[in-house]
Amino acid sequence: MTLPLYGTASQSAGFFSDKPRSVLRLRSVDSAAERLAADFAIVRTPDDIRRAIEADWPSVLVISDSSIDLPGTFNGRLAVVPPKYDYLADGDVIGFDHASRKFRTLFRRNSAHNSFLVTERCNNYCLMCSQPPKNVDDRWLLGEIKESLPLIDPAIRALTFTGGETLSDWEDFIAVLKECRDRLPATAVQVLTNGRAFADSRIVDAWKDIGHPNLMAGIPVYASIDYVHDHVVQARGAFDETILGILKLKDRGQRVEIRVVLHALTAPIIEDTGRWIARNLPFVDHVALMGLENTGFAIANDAMLWMDPVDYSSGLARAVDHLSAAGVNVSVYNLPRCILPKSVWPHALQSISDWKNGFVEECDRCDAKTSCSGFFTTGRPRFSRGIQAITAG
Amino acid sequence: MAKFLRPESFSAATEDLSLLPFNFERTGANQYLVANMVGDFVHLSEEELNRLVDLQVRPGDGLYEKAYAAHLVTGANQKAQRQLLAARLRSRMSFLQHTTPLHIFVVTLRCEHSCPYCQVSRQSTDRSRFDMSEQTAMRALDVAFGSPMARIKIEFQGGEPLLNFPLIKKIVAAAKQRPGKKLDFVIASNLALLDDAVLEFCKDNNVLLSTSLDGPSDLHNKNRPRPSANSHELAVAGIKRARETLGPDRVGALMTTTEASLERVDEIIGEYLRLGLDGIFLRPLSPFGFAVKTKQYAKYDAQKWLAFYERGLRRILEINRQGTPFREFYAALLLTRMLSDRPIGYVDLRSPAGAGLGALVYNYDGSVFASDEGRMLAETGDDTFRLGHVEHDSYSSLILSDKLIGAISSSLTQCAPECSTCVFESHCGADPVYHHATQGDALGIKPLSAFCARQKGIMGLLLDILERSPEDAAILRRWAAA
Ligand code: SF4
Ligand code: SF4
Repeated sequence: MTLPLYGTASQSAGFFSDKPRSVLRLRSVDSAAERLAADFAIVRTPDDIRRAIEADWPSVLVISDSSIDLPGTFNGRLAVVPPKYDYLADGDVIGFDHASRKFRTLFRRNSAHNSFLVTERCNNYCLMCSQPPKNVDDRWLLGEIKESLPLIDPAIRALTFTGGETLSDWEDFIAVLKECRDRLPATAVQVLTNGRAFADSRIVDAWKDIGHPNLMAGIPVYASIDYVHDHVVQARGAFDETILGILKLKDRGQRVEIRVVLHALTAPIIEDTGRWIARNLPFVDHVALMGLENTGFAIANDAMLWMDPVDYSSGLARAVDHLSAAGVNVSVYNLPRCILPKSVWPHALQSISDWKNGFVEECDRCDAKTSCSGFFTTGRPRFSRGIQAITAG
Repeated sequence: MAKFLRPESFSAATEDLSLLPFNFERTGANQYLVANMVGDFVHLSEEELNRLVDLQVRPGDGLYEKAYAAHLVTGANQKAQRQLLAARLRSRMSFLQHTTPLHIFVVTLRCEHSCPYCQVSRQSTDRSRFDMSEQTAMRALDVAFGSPMARIKIEFQGGEPLLNFPLIKKIVAAAKQRPGKKLDFVIASNLALLDDAVLEFCKDNNVLLSTSLDGPSDLHNKNRPRPSANSHELAVAGIKRARETLGPDRVGALMTTTEASLERVDEIIGEYLRLGLDGIFLRPLSPFGFAVKTKQYAKYDAQKWLAFYERGLRRILEINRQGTPFREFYAALLLTRMLSDRPIGYVDLRSPAGAGLGALVYNYDGSVFASDEGRMLAETGDDTFRLGHVEHDSYSSLILSDKLIGAISSSLTQCAPECSTCVFESHCGADPVYHHATQGDALGIKPLSAFCARQKGIMGLLLDILERSPEDAAILRRWAAA
């Protein structure tokens, strides 16, 4: 199943027009937590509504498919969303556009996979981008994130910032990361970036100065050869800047994860790439070798990119061997267990975000289902011919 | 959606390419072994090497990819590969930040063995003449504590150091009283005199024992004569006792190779296995001191030794394949250098040389030497590596002495003839004392050097196994990672 993270409210009232959008935090009606201006009681039934009004809630979010009549005495803010957003719960944060009534779920407190989209702009144009770049002024996104951070449960274990290129407006974004340092010091903060910005010493110094205790830059490296990487990311000179960026980050003691997305241009050479990383960058903190999410540009470039994972799994296993022999912490993401050689299993993680993770029928009789990554449900999923239930017998 | 560009759009023009430094050596009729600046190896055919040197390489031709990934070629305007090489070189050479971690105290020259190859020992019982005095020991400690390291290792040698056990105890106690350094202690002993008092002392003070074990009993006893012909028995008993009392990782054994060893490597290894040791260091016989005088050294050359080494290494790999983890320590050291950038400051295999910078030796009489072999040379009348004396020198006057600076700067592999263009240079080392002893020159003429022949031989052998024998290669890789 795919969880709907975008939607349109069927009804709204009371939102001021002094600004175009608001960030809302949802609270259960009976919540005893301190109420902030952004807090909305989340209600589902007429009984909930009555209790919310009794409890003096000035703002209410209703999950219902029928239109809602509130007592005339209620003059606070109201938004009504359809029942398919029933997953929304206490502590969740949504962004709401006043005029269009469009909303986006920004944060789910019960999820291990929370990520903020920082911008859709990017100086790469990757052939398989799952979030195709748009050259638009979307700086309001950073503003929304800034507004959200104080509303996020500081106990949350992990938070990801993604793009676009997250460092497109690096000064503003680094200010956001400083907020994270102050408000979410116990959270593992991961920033997905193409790393090119770090070739600029000013930016990497500013990054170092953030001083968040658990901050990691996740940076893609697709090959050991300049033009192969540059072709994948469709940007000349990207390889040089990215590798330089990684070196500068490590030189300043910053944590770095290398991310390699596997497809027909990168998977056939994954053993070479793995060996090269093991030899040249063994000091990175983590390497993730990742199955392709068949969405965004990956669909358009399917003919160029699709490669059945069973056809590269032995090279992948050798890459994992090279990396672990060099002491590099390596994981395999997004690839189902049944197509991976056994030596890779200890490295294979359930990596697909909960809201877009699914299984196929074959999986129902598989003993490995609870430890298997399963599949992306987004885009146009493609399945390996190697999928076969793993059974004891 | 914008159009996507094809791979060719991202490849550099030939005039934008630039060579990076590399060394090479012919390995066959049409074959070259090539090493980049940090010693990563690739094989190129003669035609490929020529094209590379002429920069006649193009993305997509296979050679470009090979050469780029190996840092032999880069974009003239690119920075990343140069920075990568710099970072890796920095890591490899960072052992230089640790100046003189090892301090060897020769607490006596006396020994109750009379080994024919022994460089220095004296059977004399004249204590006053061949024992280190307490005053000398304390002055030597002053020098050792003058080194900038936060942690130093003090090793007691002889002769047989346990013949002057009371001084060892005094030095350990005095060193521990001094503030400012973490300390490790080692006693290098034949263990013939190991008793409960020594063991208890080692246990209380966390002292490591290092002993000699040359192989099976007849070989060991032949190498190490002693009045009751029981050197082997005593060493084996000592190793067992020490392992029991101190723990299996608190006692190590070193072998000395003699001509008699050359045909018996399997048995020697078997002896180490039988004693439960986790590896062996297959050492060449050193050409110093008495070994030269008795013509032991001349009796076999580097090729014979290499054959011995290869047979031993292959036997050890077989043992590993059969399921018993067991290492050859010299190979492990070289493999760590060949397969990683971890800084290895091993005293006998580094450039700048480890003489003085890696270790200082305080002789029983207070003279200070740049290495143990330098001390042995002095016993035969050659004072080249005698840096000074504890009575009138300090750590810095010894380290900055003209003798030491001269020996180290004149032997750098990085700029020596032959070495500077050698495909193995990144993993090799300078050995000024050896080359002085054998050729009368700290640098030495490498084609005449047995040291060089051994280095090339072993590294060639290791590369061959890494490339041709996957199962053995996996074992070698584990040694490098440990
Ligand atoms: S059959 Fe399904 S659950 Fe089992 S390993 Fe394959 S993909 Fe995973
Ligand atoms: S000593 Fe020999 S093997 Fe070592 S670097 Fe010099 S020439 Fe090469």
